[in-house]
Amino acid sequence: MIAYITRLTAISVLQMLAITILAFMVIHLAPGEPTVLQQDLQARATGAQRETLRKLYGLDKPLHVQYGNWLSRLVRLDLGRSFLPDGRPVWEKIRERIPVTLSLNLVEVCIIYLIAVPLGVFAAVRRHSFFDQLTTVFVFLGFATPDFWLALLLMILFGVQLGWLPISGLRSLNWEYLPPLAQVWDLLSHVILPIFIGAFGGLAGLSRFMRGSMLEVIRQDYIRTAQAKGLPDRVVLYKHALRNAVLPIVTILGLSLPGLIGGSVIVESVFAIPGMGQLAVQSVFARDYPVVMGLLTITAGLTLVGNRLADICYGLVDPRIRVAGRNA
Amino acid sequence: MSLAVPVSSVGRAAVWRQLRKNPFALVGGVIVFFLSVVAVAAPLLAPYDPAAYDVTQLLLPPSRVHPLGTDQIGRDVLSRMIYGARVSLAVGFVAVGIATIIGTVVGVVAGYYGGTADMLIMLGGVDVMLTFPRFFLLLTVIALLQPSIFVIMAVIGVTGWMGVARLVRAEVLSLKERDFVVSARALGAGDLSLMFRHILPNALVPVLVSAVLGVAGAVLTEAALSFLGLGVQPPTPTWGNILTDGKANIEIAWWLSVFPGIAILVTVLSYNIFGEGLRDALDPRLRQ
Repeated sequence: MIAYITRLTAISVLQMLAITILAFMVIHLAPGEPTVLQQDLQARATGAQRETLRKLYGLDKPLHVQYGNWLSRLVRLDLGRSFLPDGRPVWEKIRERIPVTLSLNLVEVCIIYLIAVPLGVFAAVRRHSFFDQLTTVFVFLGFATPDFWLALLLMILFGVQLGWLPISGLRSLNWEYLPPLAQVWDLLSHVILPIFIGAFGGLAGLSRFMRGSMLEVIRQDYIRTAQAKGLPDRVVLYKHALRNAVLPIVTILGLSLPGLIGGSVIVESVFAIPGMGQLAVQSVFARDYPVVMGLLTITAGLTLVGNRLADICYGLVDPRIRVAGRNA
Repeated sequence: MSLAVPVSSVGRAAVWRQLRKNPFALVGGVIVFFLSVVAVAAPLLAPYDPAAYDVTQLLLPPSRVHPLGTDQIGRDVLSRMIYGARVSLAVGFVAVGIATIIGTVVGVVAGYYGGTADMLIMLGGVDVMLTFPRFFLLLTVIALLQPSIFVIMAVIGVTGWMGVARLVRAEVLSLKERDFVVSARALGAGDLSLMFRHILPNALVPVLVSAVLGVAGAVLTEAALSFLGLGVQPPTPTWGNILTDGKANIEIAWWLSVFPGIAILVTVLSYNIFGEGLRDALDPRLRQ
C-alpha cells in the first residue's frame, strides 16, 4: 500500500509540474502584454515607463527564468503579487474568494449525490419501467440544457415575474441593517438559484452513471449466487449490489472537480457572486497573469489531490486496483 | 495489404434496420439533418438581414411580422437565430474534427506501443489535460488570444481530445492482439500500416459515435463562451450572444432569453439522441 501511495504521489508531483509549465506557457506566450493594456489606459505613459513596468513585473526576462522565479516562489507558498494597480498578494485575493465558492460547491455536491444516487439505483433496479423511462428523459434534457440559459429562465420567472428571489449578488444592500433572522433569509434567497443551477448540471451525469454502475453489478455472478441462496430481493439489491455499485462514484467525485470549478465560472458570472469563478473571469480580462496562474495552479492542484485521494481510497477498498497499479 | 482487414460485422442494411426500430434516434437524426440545412441555407431562409437594425422596432415581442420578436436595436431575432445556427454548427463540427484527429492519433500510438510510451502519453498528456478545469482554460486562452471563430474552434478542439484518446486506446489494446493483426504483422506490415490501416478501421465505430456526441458538447461550450462575451464577437449573431442581450434586457424582453436557449437545447438533445441511437445500431455488443 505504501509503495502504491508513493508511486501515486511521485506521479502527481510530476504532473503538477507539467500543468504549471503548460499554464505558464499558455498565459505568457499569448500576444498582448499586461503592460500594453495598462499603457492604453494611460495615454501619456512613455515607452520608458512601460519598460519600468515590464521590469517590475519581471516580464523583461526570458520565459524560463520567469517560470523559474515563479516556481521558486511557489515552493515558498508565495504566488506573487497581482498586476492590477492594487498590487495585492495573489494568495490574499484568492483566499477571500474561496469560502464562497467552496461552500456553494459543497452544498451542490451534497444535493447532487443525495438525489442522483437513489435516482440512478431505482432506475436500474426497475429497468424499462415508467420510472426508468422518466429519468432517462430527465437525463437527456439535463444534458442538453445549458446551465446559463436555465439560470436566465429562472431569473425571469422567480426574479422578474414573481419577484420572489433576488437575481444577483450574495446579499441585499441593506443587509447590515436587517435583523439576524432576516439576514439568514436574505442570504438564503440569494443562493437558492445559484445552488439549484450548480446542482442541476451534475445531476443528470451522475444519475446516469449510477444507473449504469448498478446495472453492471446486477449482472455479476455473485448477485446471482445471492439470489440463488434465496435471499430476498431487497437484501440482494440494497446490500450486496448497492455497495459494489456505489464504489466507482468515489472516482467520479474526484474527476468531477474541474467540472464543478468550471461550473462556478458560469454560475458566478450569471448571478454576480463574488467567488473564485468571478475572480477568474475578471483576472483573465484584465490580463492579471499572476492571479490567473495562481487560480489555475490551485484548481488544478485541488483536482489532482482529489483524484489521487480517490485512487487511494479505491485502492484501500479494492485490492485488485493496487495490484493492477503495480504491474502497469 | 488490405486482405487482413475484417469487414465490420454490421452491414449498412443492418444498421438501418436497427435505427428504424428506435424512433427517438430517427427523430434526432431528422432534426440533426434539418439543422444542417438551416445552417447552410441561412441566407435563403432568414426573413430579414440579421444585421439590419431598425430604431423604430426596438425590443418588440413576438408578432406576425417578427415571429420571435426583435432585439434592443431592432434586429429580427428569428433571422439572427437562423444565422446563429451556422456559427454553432461550424464550431461544433470543426472543433470535434480537431479533437477527434488528435485523440485518435494519440490513442492509437499509446495503445499500440504500450509500455513506457503509453504511460508517458496517458499520465503526462491525457491526465494532465484532464486535470485542468477545462472551462477556465478555454476562457484563459480565448481571452488572451482575442476571440475569433477560428481561435474558438481550435481551442475547443485542442482541449477536448482526451475522451477520444482514451476510447481509441482501449479499442487498440484489445484489437492489437487479434489474429488479423498478428497475421498482417507476420506478412511484414510496418508499425504505421498496422496502426492506421489494420487496427484503426476496426475502431472507427466508437470514434464516430463519440464524434456525434462531441458535437453536442462543443455546441454547448461555444454557447457558454459566447454568452460570457468570449465567443464569436458581435455583430455576428450566435445563440450565446443573443442570450447575453437577453440577460441585459431580462426585465423587459423574455423572448431574447427564451428562444436561443430552446435552439441550443434542441440541437444538443438531437445530437445526443442520434449519437446514442447510432451507437446502439452500430455496436452489436451494446444491444440488449
